[in-house]
Amino acid sequence: MIQKNWSEKVNPAVRDLPPSGIRRFFDLVVETKGVISLGVGEPDFVTPWHIREACIYSLEKGYTMYTSNWGLLELREAVAADLEHTYNVKYNPRNEILITVGVSEALDLAMRVLLEPGDEVLMPEPSYVSYAPCATLAGGVPVFMPTGPENGFCISAEQVQASITPRTKVLLLCYPNNPTGAVMDRNELLKIAEVAVQNDLIVISDEIYGRLTYVGEHTCVASLPGMRDRTVLLNGFSKAYAMTGWRVGYAAGHSDIISAMTKIHQYSMLCTSITAQMAALEALKNGQPGMRRMVEHYNRRRHLVVQSFLDMGLPCFEPGGAFYAFPRISATGLNSEEFAEELLKQEQVALVPGNAFGQSGEGFVRVSYAASIDELGEAFRRMARFVRRCGIRPKVISAPVKISGGQSA
Amino acid sequence: MDNTTREILELLEDNAKLTPDEIAVMLNIDAAEVRGMIKELENQKAILSYMTLINWEKMGEEKVSALIEVRITPQRDVGFDAVAERIYRFPEVRSMRLMSGTYDLAVFLEGRSMKEVSHFVSTKLATIEGVVSTTTHFVLKTYKQDGVIMEDGEEDRRLMISP
Repeated sequence: MIQKNWSEKVNPAVRDLPPSGIRRFFDLVVETKGVISLGVGEPDFVTPWHIREACIYSLEKGYTMYTSNWGLLELREAVAADLEHTYNVKYNPRNEILITVGVSEALDLAMRVLLEPGDEVLMPEPSYVSYAPCATLAGGVPVFMPTGPENGFCISAEQVQASITPRTKVLLLCYPNNPTGAVMDRNELLKIAEVAVQNDLIVISDEIYGRLTYVGEHTCVASLPGMRDRTVLLNGFSKAYAMTGWRVGYAAGHSDIISAMTKIHQYSMLCTSITAQMAALEALKNGQPGMRRMVEHYNRRRHLVVQSFLDMGLPCFEPGGAFYAFPRISATGLNSEEFAEELLKQEQVALVPGNAFGQSGEGFVRVSYAASIDELGEAFRRMARFVRRCGIRPKVISAPVKISGGQSA
Repeated sequence: MDNTTREILELLEDNAKLTPDEIAVMLNIDAAEVRGMIKELENQKAILSYMTLINWEKMGEEKVSALIEVRITPQRDVGFDAVAERIYRFPEVRSMRLMSGTYDLAVFLEGRSMKEVSHFVSTKLATIEGVVSTTTHFVLKTYKQDGVIMEDGEEDRRLMISP
């Protein structure tokens, strides 16, 4: 009998999509024993107990039903109040905020609502692995704007302007950035906002790491002049409140766009789990002190991690946000994947090759410092041993690549 | 107290193993400054001791703990302090606090057996002049001590690699 090739039945847009570089490396890691992982993009804290307790109590009270497609009104009101209090941007909780299944769903919805076939989406590179595939799946064309440590891993207004074509419709921003930890300087963001207004671009701003900003204050793009209505602000609870598995995010923006996103959401997801929404509500109501404590912990580890790379002789850009360091490893003579694979084999330390986040990430690795001080200490002892074997002399570099106001090298 | 002092104290309270060099990097300040501040805090008796919390049960060690409620007669000028000192000086007493309510002192004892604890209460504690009565409660299980959950089931269940 002739075997049928069922992949022919799969939509070519999906079939031709390359698998995530992270996924491939993940398979290698699970086969290795005794691994210390610095490859995890999520907090090492369990969701604070008061949030878990509120969720348990909501179940006891019988909150087990669907919610409005938009999400619980009480949660949307709390999100609106939080955005107004933190960034001074006002949204109507009734038709300008949609509760989604994490920021991932919100991103997918925004792309599908905004893009028509061939529309171009500008995005910095390196950046989060799902941005380009989401744009492609929505029929769009990702256009990368390469960044490096010399410009603080930040795009500039000139770079945005130079990348615009008649097909450009969306500018995707993601600061603080995964994987580099770069934060965007407010002044540069103002200039980029001007370019967006002049060229009638919609900005999708993923602000999931906004609360995890250590250098200066996080600037919310929607708060800049002329940007509120042309920004789709995405945020969620995963990183700041250690709630990755709960899958609660939200999108805020002009009602025309958010209503359109809700249309797709109601036919696909219907609504976010009420249990998770109840937990998110508790996080917004009472989670600020716990969140601040976690941010303090990350900040202390951040210094330790950057210094450890400098001590072993690898240049390391000083991240201003998120919980990743992005050291340059090219001096070892290995490329990103070779470095990650050899380190895993020889010293059982897992981190993520930089090129998983786009070609601009080649020559770097992403190191998560969402790990305990003890784990970080042991991981760095092993890594230093490995780097010495690669012929790198310790302490040849004395200072991190500073971010001056988030921009310069 | 300035912010740096508070941060140093919080870090050491959380993990006494941290070295001054590590603390210096974490707080982005000079290591010599950290060493000086810790020395000063020790001299001021703000830092009293560097403790390790051990779950002896895990090591198969038999220990018996008890909470003794003690009522005492206060004395002129010194109140409860003189009798309290006679009690807390015993090495068997692990901690002790003056309480409001139906009794005066909460005394936490540790011994190798119930017999040893009982013997201490009846022959040493209850016989002190000024001690009016004692009520002994033996500890059946310690769930949490000094902010640490003894049998914490919250392991790291994260995937090794994630986006």
